[in-house]
Amino acid sequence: MSVAIEFKNVTKRYPLYHHIGSGIKELIFNPKRALSMLSGRSYLAIEDISFQVLKGESVALIGRNGAGKSTSLSLVAGVIKPSTGSVFVKGRVASMLELGGGFHPELTGRENIRLNATLLGLRRKELNAKIDKIIEYSELGEFIDEPIRVYSSGMLAKLGFSVITQVDPDILIIDEVLAVGDISFQKKCIKTINEFRSKGVTILFVSHNMDDIEKICNKVIWIENHKVRRIGNSKEIINDYRAFMQ
Amino acid sequence: MKYNFGYLFDLITVITEKELKVRYKSSFLGYLWSIANPLLFAMIYYFIFKLIMRVQIPNYTVFLITGLFPWQWFAGSTSNSLFSFISNAQIIKKTVFPRSVIPFCNVFMEFLHFLCTIPVIIVFLIIYDMSPSLSWLWGIPLIGLGQMILTYGLALILSTLNLFFRDLERFISLGIMLMFYCTPILYSVDLIPAEYHWLIDANPLSLMILSWRDLFMHGVIDYGNILHLYFYSFTTLLIGVWVFNKLKFRFAEIL
Repeated sequence: MSVAIEFKNVTKRYPLYHHIGSGIKELIFNPKRALSMLSGRSYLAIEDISFQVLKGESVALIGRNGAGKSTSLSLVAGVIKPSTGSVFVKGRVASMLELGGGFHPELTGRENIRLNATLLGLRRKELNAKIDKIIEYSELGEFIDEPIRVYSSGMLAKLGFSVITQVDPDILIIDEVLAVGDISFQKKCIKTINEFRSKGVTILFVSHNMDDIEKICNKVIWIENHKVRRIGNSKEIINDYRAFMQ
Repeated sequence: MKYNFGYLFDLITVITEKELKVRYKSSFLGYLWSIANPLLFAMIYYFIFKLIMRVQIPNYTVFLITGLFPWQWFAGSTSNSLFSFISNAQIIKKTVFPRSVIPFCNVFMEFLHFLCTIPVIIVFLIIYDMSPSLSWLWGIPLIGLGQMILTYGLALILSTLNLFFRDLERFISLGIMLMFYCTPILYSVDLIPAEYHWLIDANPLSLMILSWRDLFMHGVIDYGNILHLYFYSFTTLLIGVWVFNKLKFRFAEIL
């Protein structure tokens, strides 16, 4: 099996940018301080993480809030670059990094589908052929022509996920977005994800719902305090994780 | 990752559409505002300079709008571009696509508005007993491309830097106003005293406005001026691309 994703000693620091607010004045009157701040204080999101995901595997990332799961996913998606170490990703990535990520609140559901699907790499022709399927999948009915700022979080999740279903990725990234949908929609999503799996799509999944993980993933990476704590078979690790979190 | 041209085209279409929709979502007159705005200014300037101060420039209305409309394109895209990344923070943080497309769409959208104002120019030409010339057919694309490159280069620089220095916008709105008066829009070049001519010579925006006015009012294309304009355009674009590439990987972190 070929490698789809590989992290080699990846460390990611976020500079703390909030002080830049003082802007040009600071730069003019206090250039030394302004510039040292640019490279100065930082927040360590993940430290020295290494793992491999093979093509066709479905892997879950688990851990507490703020452990570094979302940072890892953003690195795979290519939205950010690692501070040190290397991230290797092979193939087309489709990501759903956040509820309503890649949407514009003033546009309608339909307009947002066009925007989001194009950002995910769909061509205009493909989209025209698929947009009806997307809308049907979303179960949004007449809300599809309302601006999405009036949507509930469950409706946003439906909209986002239904776009993903019609993209044709090699790697699929899903970050904690299923939790807000109703049970029947969640079931439908899990079924769709499993269809992706059977087509050989590599799946990266973040969730706090261990049952979902057991249904979808065969491998789990447990991140604790910005480092990998364990990697292995899902059942085993989930049991340990549950015991640990008690 | 490499993107093919067709996909970039789709992306630009979709994002420009989106920007247009967002801008005119709740406005009744829609894009008419983008014509009304410079036209209103033209009326104000006409009132002040022609009727009160009695400037001796023939066909002053046409003179004004042939300068004001291209200027509006430039000024509009420059000030919008400051926020092009900030107002799209959601999609930048959460999806991967060539970010340089967004400022381009800003410039492109203002260009579409500019195209909508060309019929207005034609109407005024006819009122003043002048007529469009055949040279517009290649003149408009030629000067338009020059202005597009210049504005896009500047938009890249400003949109990127404004992420890191948010008070840049104050400087820029002052700068745009300053440049407006340093560019022969309200007055003609021969009114300027010789010792201040360097103001015009060193200003790429003057080249741009003068080229447009020559084309619209007289059907004349001054290739020397345009070559000069292209030189400034490509220099700006090079700087823009350099600044953007240097900082683009930090966008998702800082937004």
